[in-house]
Amino acid sequence: MASPTLIAETATRSGSAAATAAKRPGQRSRERRRNLWIYAFLLPTFVLYGLYTLYPMVASYWYSLVEWNGFSSQQTFVGLDNYEAVFADPLFWSSVRVTLLFMLIVAPLRVFGAFFLAILLNSPKLPLRSFFRTAYFLPVVTTTAIVGVVMRFIFDPASGPTAALATIFGLGPIDLLGSSETALITAGVIYVWKFFGITLIYWLAALQTIPADLYEAARIDGAGPMRLFRYITLPMLIPFLLIISVLTIEDCFHAFDLMQTMTAGGPFFSTEIIEIYIYRWAFAASIPQLGFASAAAVLFGVIVLLVVILQVWATVVSRRMRARS
Amino acid sequence: MSVTMTETTPRTTRRLGRRFWWWVLTALLLALAFVWVFPFIWMVSASLKTSGEIFGGGLGLIPETLQWENYSRAWFDGQFNVYLLNTVIVTVATTAIVVVRCALAGYVLGRYRFPGSRLVIAILVATLFVPTGYTIIPVVKLSMELGLLDTLAGMILALAGAANVASILIYAGYFRGMPAELEEASIVDGAGFVRTFTQIMLPLSMPVTATVGILTFLFTWNAFFLPLVFSFSNPALRTVSVGMQAFVGENSTDWPGMAAAGVISLLPIVALFVFMQRYFVEGIAGAVKS
Repeated sequence: MASPTLIAETATRSGSAAATAAKRPGQRSRERRRNLWIYAFLLPTFVLYGLYTLYPMVASYWYSLVEWNGFSSQQTFVGLDNYEAVFADPLFWSSVRVTLLFMLIVAPLRVFGAFFLAILLNSPKLPLRSFFRTAYFLPVVTTTAIVGVVMRFIFDPASGPTAALATIFGLGPIDLLGSSETALITAGVIYVWKFFGITLIYWLAALQTIPADLYEAARIDGAGPMRLFRYITLPMLIPFLLIISVLTIEDCFHAFDLMQTMTAGGPFFSTEIIEIYIYRWAFAASIPQLGFASAAAVLFGVIVLLVVILQVWATVVSRRMRARS
Repeated sequence: MSVTMTETTPRTTRRLGRRFWWWVLTALLLALAFVWVFPFIWMVSASLKTSGEIFGGGLGLIPETLQWENYSRAWFDGQFNVYLLNTVIVTVATTAIVVVRCALAGYVLGRYRFPGSRLVIAILVATLFVPTGYTIIPVVKLSMELGLLDTLAGMILALAGAANVASILIYAGYFRGMPAELEEASIVDGAGFVRTFTQIMLPLSMPVTATVGILTFLFTWNAFFLPLVFSFSNPALRTVSVGMQAFVGENSTDWPGMAAAGVISLLPIVALFVFMQRYFVEGIAGAVKS
């Protein structure tokens, strides 16, 4: 939800002023005491973040090398066997494919759909702007796992409102979430609906960065609304396209809540994203395969890492573009 | 007179025409907004209907008579009284821990250079987007060894220890922007490190605290993966997001009860959003503006 690299870069730079202050002998002990306080301030984060995020990241690698059938049972070192098994499992590759396909369906809809809507909502001539913004943002704040359950009923082929709608239009009974051809696309559309508001806010924030006097100057020069859009809005937004795309793509990894509650990966694994695959082997199997699931989790981490690297690159590039314009 | 007439008439019609298109656009956007909030309208409507009315199908949204007992069924039989209380406890505790630890960390990372500061920031940024699915197995194993697995405290600690890097960075960015004179003045006044933070810096960071607090509240209230795993063997620990799953699993034909449970679970967070909208939007927009 934040573009981290920028804030972080500036955060490191900030301290330097304080550090370059002259160092008299008395000051050194004061500085040591100050550093002690600094570490004390960081302690809660060290402990909690260390235990629940950093340690698990490292531990996953160890767990991926053992055979381990249940949280309270013994672990036996098996080397790379788990990876071999994961690579040999067609359902793992299916889950990778589903995750990426899902991303391909969802990301462009969110990025470009929100772009057009943001342009409209940003126009001061449009009535009811703040109402629209609230309405389109509303699904974002609602609990995904609950929305997922509700959607199962809304798309119910017998009594759901979509079924009633289908009857009105003379279509036969359709089971959009229940058939393997349509489930992923339907889930994708619901996902877009759920998180569209986030991308919309990104674009609205981007539009706010365009200085108003730029428009004014162009208007005085006689430019119409189309030309204002073509020669000011569009070029000013291009740098944001990259960063918003990457932020949105990253967001696509957080589909577990919706998928698990809506389809649980089915039917026939057609909506099984990697996180559900991991969950299935670690928690839903009668004999949990924790080593195997950890290997899949490590591979998932690598995929996410690749996207994060892309993110850092995109931040740098878009910043350079903005500096130039 | 006639000259001005011929000049203004086409312009007025053009302006009228343009306004007409704005109204067409507004109508379209209104229709879209209706589709957008329709699932929630449907849920509220279904929560007040009888099962028969819902299974009869149709798109009618107005119940014949309001069936408030759906709510009491979800509240007592469906145990949403327990689930809601759990959710409130977990969310409030997690938010408090996250705000405190992120304010502390953000303050020192934003304002001071100390041995290891670059490394700390590098690690935080590198792990910004760690998904729960990646860390879940070791988190469960660790919690089990600490005796925290089937407890609310364990759930709270795991949620508070998971990715909140963005909040630290928001704080760091904000504290960095404060003028150095503030600190100098408080040191002249004889305030130490801690007092400078608690009495000067922290009160000044209220807008950030509101943003971080509300976003953390939102994420925790809506969390699903961790609460699911932490309440596997103890259903009394379920939060609303997990409870909804269980309710539907046990009462698959009780649609009105399901809808009522959904309304109970979503109402608090939607109310918070309506009253605190500005902070939600600012928190999310911050990602792009920087």
